[in-house]
Amino acid sequence: MTVGHSTEPKLRVKGATKVYHTRSGDLLAIDRCSLDILDGEIVSIVGPSGCGKTTLLWSMSGLHGLTAGEVLLDGKQITGPNPGIGMVFQEANLLPWRNVDSNINFPFEIKGTKPDRVWIDELLNRVGLEGFGGRFPRELSGGMQQRAALVRALSYKPSVLLMDEPFGALDAFTREEMNRLVEEIWLDTRTTIVLITHSIDEAIFLADRVVVMSPRPGRVANIHKVSFSRPRSLEIMSTKAVFDLTNAIKMEIVGTQQSRYPSRATSVQPVAE
Amino acid sequence: MREIDAIPEFKAKRGADGDVGITNMSALTSGPGIKSMSEVLAIILVAVVIIGGTELLLNIFEVPQYVLPKPSEMAKALFTEFPLIAPHLGHTLVELFAGFAIGASVGLILAAVITQFPFVEKIVTPYILLLVTTPMLALVPLLILRFGFGYEPRIIAVALAAGPMVMINAATGFRRVDAGKIALARSYGASTFQIFWKVRAPMALPMIFVGLMVGSIFGLLTAVGAEMVGGGFGLGNRLTSYSSMIQMPQFFAVVLILSILGILIYVLFFLLGKKFASWEA
Repeated sequence: MTVGHSTEPKLRVKGATKVYHTRSGDLLAIDRCSLDILDGEIVSIVGPSGCGKTTLLWSMSGLHGLTAGEVLLDGKQITGPNPGIGMVFQEANLLPWRNVDSNINFPFEIKGTKPDRVWIDELLNRVGLEGFGGRFPRELSGGMQQRAALVRALSYKPSVLLMDEPFGALDAFTREEMNRLVEEIWLDTRTTIVLITHSIDEAIFLADRVVVMSPRPGRVANIHKVSFSRPRSLEIMSTKAVFDLTNAIKMEIVGTQQSRYPSRATSVQPVAE
Repeated sequence: MREIDAIPEFKAKRGADGDVGITNMSALTSGPGIKSMSEVLAIILVAVVIIGGTELLLNIFEVPQYVLPKPSEMAKALFTEFPLIAPHLGHTLVELFAGFAIGASVGLILAAVITQFPFVEKIVTPYILLLVTTPMLALVPLLILRFGFGYEPRIIAVALAAGPMVMINAATGFRRVDAGKIALARSYGASTFQIFWKVRAPMALPMIFVGLMVGSIFGLLTAVGAEMVGGGFGLGNRLTSYSSMIQMPQFFAVVLILSILGILIYVLFFLLGKKFASWEA
């Protein structure tokens, strides 16, 4: 075992399996998912809704445990919330009774540490929220709220950033702007990013690798490499390579779904006579 | 696919930032909603018409004072009798403050503790409902029998009336679990205690103010009612005493003081709610 530092994965998911015990019976959300994420890599996870993407991400964050398998951060097993991991949730998830500054201070209040004001001001500047520290979430647009949430997640310099459909609620233009912003910040910080998304475009634009998951129970169905140089421009999205990749991923997601619901396939057949 | 959304910690509630409990809060934040000068003028105009009209009609039909005194007589009584009524107002306020402070504190603490243990909550809730729906005035004769004609029975009655009201509303507030915000706090390694103080309590604040407001109004009603039962002091006692002596202008002066007291309580909690829980409006 002479694995060099550069090839040691930042985050290693080994046989992750999660069963939810619900009133209507046990539910196998993810089944033996294995995935290595390298240091400084951006990995997107796509898949049909309800395939367990969020479950997988929450397992990585330590927010909930696994029924079987394990997640390792820098070789150490994750057993609970970890200060090295930042989380961006669906919607901004800002606390509505706190203004932007106070929301950004929230993680430090919980951890009992001092915020790095210089770094936070730099982040606020970067996302274009300088001077908005006193504003309350309801006074901000959806995009601004999500940018504030991004600053909050990066404020304590996590080495891994987990993003759970972060821009799903935003309009297409704001979303593209946010994607460029994420890449820009990544170029500065080289933070390892795992991004869950419903948008294949977003997945390809941001990621070094796109992981496609199968329908529930979620398994890693395929992994696509995306090797455009950075910073990427929106033009790459209209190249043949991206077009083919988008279609391939779409077919993988739709294809697996159709095999799961055969009745849907028959219902589109033309009616005789 | 839908089942997965039902798992509480699985998905953050859509639109949770803005719309949680707004409906519950509307009693506080939408309030009187006076916007322009013309609306203020209209309100004053209505008051003038009603008061002036009553005065006029009572004069025209020569209604005797013991049936309904004229507004001018009430106003006069309010000023001339106020020095005599003031000590009684003081007694009522003492009962209200003491009873409310005890009832609200116990109610708040119980709500905070009980909502942490769903099983205990399930067992206790029917009894709390019983306390909310039982008019505590009914217990006053019994309390007087046990504690005599002093402050004690009244303070106990006020506490019993206000406490459950505060508790049931505060419990509703504490129960408002936003899985996304709790997950957020947990992702920073927050303890149960931190989650309570930094997420659950602020989220419950609007409902707590609703509870305090309703509880204090219930407390006022109960205090006045208890004073009517016996004891020889307090605004409720003035009401029975003035009516038995057919001193109607004085009687209505006391009613007016009680109305003003009620409005002041409402405004106080309205303003407190606006200051500390306006994020939800």
